[in-house]
This record gives sequence, C-alpha cells and structure tokens, in this order.
Amino acid sequence: MSDKTVRLTPRQFEELGRDLDALRQRVVDDLGEEDRKYIYDVVKVQRALEVAGRGLLFAGFFPPAWLAGVAALSVSKILDNMEIGHNVMHGQYDWMRDPALNSKMFEWDTVAPAENWKHSHNYIHHTFTNILGKDRDIGYGVLRMDEAQRWNPYYLGNPVYAFLLMAFFQWGVMLHDMETERLISGEKKWADTAGVRKRMWHKGLKQTLKDYVLFPALTGPMFVTTLAGNATANLVRNVWAFSIIFCGHFPSGVESFTEEETANETRGQWYYRQMLGSANISGSPLFHIMSGNLSHQIEHHLFPDIPARRYPQIAPEVRAICAKYGLPYNTGGLGKQLGSVVGKIVKLALPDWLRGKPSTPPAGTVGDGRALRAA
Amino acid sequence: MTAQLERKPGFSVLRLLEALATPHGVDRYLELVHPMLTIRDLRGEVTRVHRSTSDTVTLTVRPTRRWRGFSAGQFVRVGVDIDGVRRTRCYSPATSQHRAGEFELTIKAHAEGLVSRWLHSNAEPGLVLHLSQAEGTFTLPDARPDKVLLISGGSGITPVLAMLRTLADEDHTGEVTFLHYAYTEADVPHRDELRALAERANVNLVLAYTHADGGDLRGFFDETHLRAAAPWHAEARTYLCGPPGLMSGVRDVFTGLGLADRLHTEEFAPAPITVDAADATGEVTFARSDRAAANSGRTLLEQAEAAGLKPEHGCRMGICFSCNRVKTAGCTRDVRNGELSTDPDEEIQLCVSVPVGDVSIDL
Repeated sequence: MSDKTVRLTPRQFEELGRDLDALRQRVVDDLGEEDRKYIYDVVKVQRALEVAGRGLLFAGFFPPAWLAGVAALSVSKILDNMEIGHNVMHGQYDWMRDPALNSKMFEWDTVAPAENWKHSHNYIHHTFTNILGKDRDIGYGVLRMDEAQRWNPYYLGNPVYAFLLMAFFQWGVMLHDMETERLISGEKKWADTAGVRKRMWHKGLKQTLKDYVLFPALTGPMFVTTLAGNATANLVRNVWAFSIIFCGHFPSGVESFTEEETANETRGQWYYRQMLGSANISGSPLFHIMSGNLSHQIEHHLFPDIPARRYPQIAPEVRAICAKYGLPYNTGGLGKQLGSVVGKIVKLALPDWLRGKPSTPPAGTVGDGRALRAA
Repeated sequence: MTAQLERKPGFSVLRLLEALATPHGVDRYLELVHPMLTIRDLRGEVTRVHRSTSDTVTLTVRPTRRWRGFSAGQFVRVGVDIDGVRRTRCYSPATSQHRAGEFELTIKAHAEGLVSRWLHSNAEPGLVLHLSQAEGTFTLPDARPDKVLLISGGSGITPVLAMLRTLADEDHTGEVTFLHYAYTEADVPHRDELRALAERANVNLVLAYTHADGGDLRGFFDETHLRAAAPWHAEARTYLCGPPGLMSGVRDVFTGLGLADRLHTEEFAPAPITVDAADATGEVTFARSDRAAANSGRTLLEQAEAAGLKPEHGCRMGICFSCNRVKTAGCTRDVRNGELSTDPDEEIQLCVSVPVGDVSIDL
C-alpha cells in the first residue's frame, strides 16, 4: 500500500464485508438452469470450433482453409482455457454436481496439469493476492512487476523475459508450479517436486503428441502445414492469454501489500485487498467471453467460485460498493491497460536510481475520485 | 458417472481417438451429437413411461452398451439435471434380470422427494438418465434357495419384484411367497402382473392392506402374518425391503424366532437418525471451504449443507458412497452401527457420520 491508498475504519471494513457477502449470497441463491445452459453452450461452440479447425487443416494446402482452420483452433483453445477451463477449475460449476464440469475432474487443453495449477492458482494466488513474498504470481518468479521487488542486473532482461513468457505462455504456466525460485533459495527440495514433475511429464507428453505428432500424421502429406497450424493456434492462445492475464494485476494503480499489512485480515479486509489488487478491462460482451470474463478480474477476485457469466451482471453493483467506500475501481480498455503493463515491464527493468522517483499512476487510471463520479 | 474401460491392448482405435481428444475424452465430443452416443459414460434412454397409480411412474430404460446387467435386488444410481443441478438417487430395477437390453424402474413420488416428483411429472420417452452400474449385495444366491419369502412394503416392492420375476423367468420350482404391504388395493403397483405370476403353482401372493379390507391380510406385520403367509419361513431365505416401520417389525420377529441370519434386508428410506443433541460438542471445520460451525449433532452431510456447502451425495443413507470425503482430523461415529472412526485422513461417509467433538473434513 502507498500513502495514497484509501484506508477504511474497522467499522467500514466490517460493513464492506457484509455488503459483498450479501451480494455473493444473492447470486448463489439464483444459480440454476440458465447457468448450466450457458456453460454447455460455450462448450458446444468450443468443441465445434475445435472439430472444424482440425478438419480444415486437412485441406491446409489451400491457404484460406489453413487460415480458417488456425483461426477456429485458436478460438477453441482460448475458450477451452479461459471461459471453460479456468472457470470450471475454480469450482464455479461444482454446484451442478456434473462430473464433466467438476473442478476435481476437469483438465484443460494446455500443457499445465490441472492439479498443479489449481494449487498455485486457486490456493496460493487467490488467497494471498498481491502480497509480496507470498503471491508467486507477482512477476511469476521471473519478472520484476512491482517496485518493491529489489532490482538487480538480471532484471535488465525484463522485456525479453516477458516476451519469451508471452510466446511460450503455456509452458511458462506449467513450469511455474516447479517453484524454481523456492528451489534455488533452498526453501524446497528437488525431491519435493516429484509429484509435480510426473504430472507435467504426462500432461506435456500427451499434449505434444496430440498437436505435433498425431494430428499432423493423420493429415498425411500435409504433416508440416498441420504442425505449423497447430503451433500457430497454440501461439495465438499464448499471446492472448498472456495479454489478458497480465492486465489482471499489473496495470498502474493496482496495489500490492506486505505480509505485515495483511496479518490477521478480516473478511472485509480480504475483500478490500482483492479489489485494490485487481484491474478490469472494458469491452464488448464477446470480448468478455473470449477473456474468460477475466476482464472482470475485480469481480473474479472477490468471488472466484461463482460462474463467470455473472461477473458482468454484478459489476455495476461492485462498482457502486467501491464508490460507497471511496475505493478505486481500476478499469480501462485493453489498449490502455496493456500499454500500462508494457510500460511497467520496461520501466522496472531499470534500476530505481536511473528512473528517479517512483512514478505516480498515469492519467486515465480511475482513482477514487473518478470512481465516485463514475458511479 | 464415468465407468473405467479396461485397457485392452487390442483396443487401439479407441486409444487413438482418446489420444486425439485428450484431455477431454471422446464422450465429451460424442454427447454433443447425441446424449446416448457415448463410449465410456453409462446412460439410459427412457423408452416408455407408464403412470400406473396416481403417484407412481414406471420408466422403461434402455442403457448404453457399457451396461453390464444386474442381479435382481440390486440398485442403480440414477442422475437427472433439475434446475441445473445433477440430482442422483438410488432405484432398484423391478424387472427380471434376464430381460435383455432394458430394465424398468418403478418410482413413487414422495411428497418431499425432489427427484421422484420431478420424474413423475416430467419423464417422457427420450429423456436421458445418467446411470451407474448395478450395485448392492441384496441379491439371491446363485444356487436359488428351495423356499423364498419376499416381504415388501410400499415402493420397497421393486427389488423383490425383480427377484420374483427373475425366479419366474428361470422356471424356478421352489416355494415362493410374495408378501406385500400397501395402504389399500389401489396402492399396489403391478397388481395384475402379480396376480398373473401367482397363477404359477409354486408362487403364493399375499397382499396385506394396512388401511383397508379386502386383502389377504389386514394391518401391520406381526408373527401371525408371517405364519399365515409362509408357514415354512424357518427353512426359507427371506428378503425384505420396505419403510422403516416394516423393516424393524420384521427384524424383531425374526430375531425373536432366532432366524435373524436367514433374513436379508435392503433399506430404501433412511431410518430416522436419532442423535442426542445434548451430546454434540466441539466444532466442525470444512477445511477446503474455510468454514466452521458448532457441532449440531446432525450428520456431517446435513451440517455441511447447513453451512451452505453442497457436497456431492447420492442416497443419503450410507449405501452409495457418493458423499465419501476425507476426515483430516477428529473422531466421527457411524450412526448406523456406532462404529468410531478415530484415525486421521480416513475416508468417511458424510451422510451417516456424526462428529464426536472437533472434526475437520476435507470439503
């Protein structure tokens, strides 16, 4: 937290907790057939696009077919990973008691094994969101994404590492669960990673075999174009997922917290940290679906286990609650949020003395005053 | 309800399809074409719906090819999606186990039965049910007994009716008495068929009405009913399924006669679980959901639901194991037999376990 962070009284924290708990309960009580139909419709579209994409690549010698196939497969992988996989594995649809969409059973179309990811994401990241030294998603152990991370010459490569992470995002997400930085510091032993490594190996092998051996081989003489098509679809998904996810917690104005600041947090204080530690992206309904509704990162972090289609519905209420307590509601278009993230990646590559004083949030970030007016 | 398909080396086409469909499985694609077009998942399509009495519905179900058949007396778990939620209940097929390719479920709509009421008002041909393979040990021995006494009450008729129909299909020649309890004659499902089966020389049908005259017997089960219906009961194998009152009545008589080991039973409605709330101490922690509440003395499934959780469950009476969860710490008591589970990290059935002091559940 900085000097400018809005602080609430204990009574306000308690009231904030009650307001948000009540909002959550209202959504939970309303869950039903419509939510089930929605997620099954998304699944149907995703599977249809996948089959169409794989099919079109059999005609990959014809460039428009190749392009259409890659486009369909890219969208399929994006939907699978974001609106379906990420959200199902959060347990958003566990209330349906449908094994096909249950958080304990679901696997997604990426090399990161569900079980590893659920631990680092659902537990570590969502519980300790933006707490320095605890939330391993701050820079993912590779990047410097917060001024409080001490600079060293390694971080001169920040933009390069970020670019590589973007291009190979699915592999980065997979390797994240190795907790390499904890292995180096000695906090964790190599032997402790046996289970994680075994799952990575199995999942990585299956995914590689499917995309880079079996489907190319099935297309016979089109082996190379199919392989290139599958690789492109994976790349498109990587770039898109990276862009959306980096806009969730890294745009300017998003707060980070220390362990001391968050010791003995109440429910209200936990909500407060989730709101201040996340940023939204504005856009069309289709954009929200393609982002897995992670464009509503604030709503997602408040209520990670309610179906994502509900986030746009409750967003006006969450925004009004922010305004009621004078809290910022950080949102902006993809261009603005992503630009701000890229700026941060480049800026934090440099030592602090070269940049002079830590910068203030750039104009356009919705501060508390703006949020009040907007609401 | 996914069934594991045995890995056979020769099964290479399916394995190739699965490698292509990974990580989702072939069924997740096929079911979008038609819900019955599945390879691994076991499902059943309702092909006929017959509402025989005002509150019962009989469904003829054609299962997918994964169905391995059943032994008369067993049950299947049947899942339907009601307002977005998969609801699973256990029902015993009432047909002969020798009828190929289909079976019948006779379901009575209970006033508080969400699934039974839904099926009674909504089931139509074409409805696809999620099924489990048949389960349960309430079955006739392979060497059929010379004398069989089948006792049922209300909708408990289904597993013993399956036994009667199976024995008839086998042209079994030993004595069979079918003693069924109902309020009135109008409440007896499959009445005409029962009478037709009773035409056989070895089958004796005894209908007992608790609230009307006109039956072979009147009132609730007691030893005189037993002697009248099956004088040879001491040499017979007896199979019993019915409401809690009938179950305990028959058990008491058989125990009194020293015949408890010749009595085989299947509960179809949970016996009221009596727990002294004054004994309830400690706190119940649902670790994964980060919730805790004072122990109310109810079963852990009920306490979890009272805490706002919706754990997976099926029968709510300790037979289907759908609600199994790991108890990470503390002691629980099985309400059916008083057995204590004291080890940490032991899997328990939430629906029939009550906490003894502080308990932590991985839920």
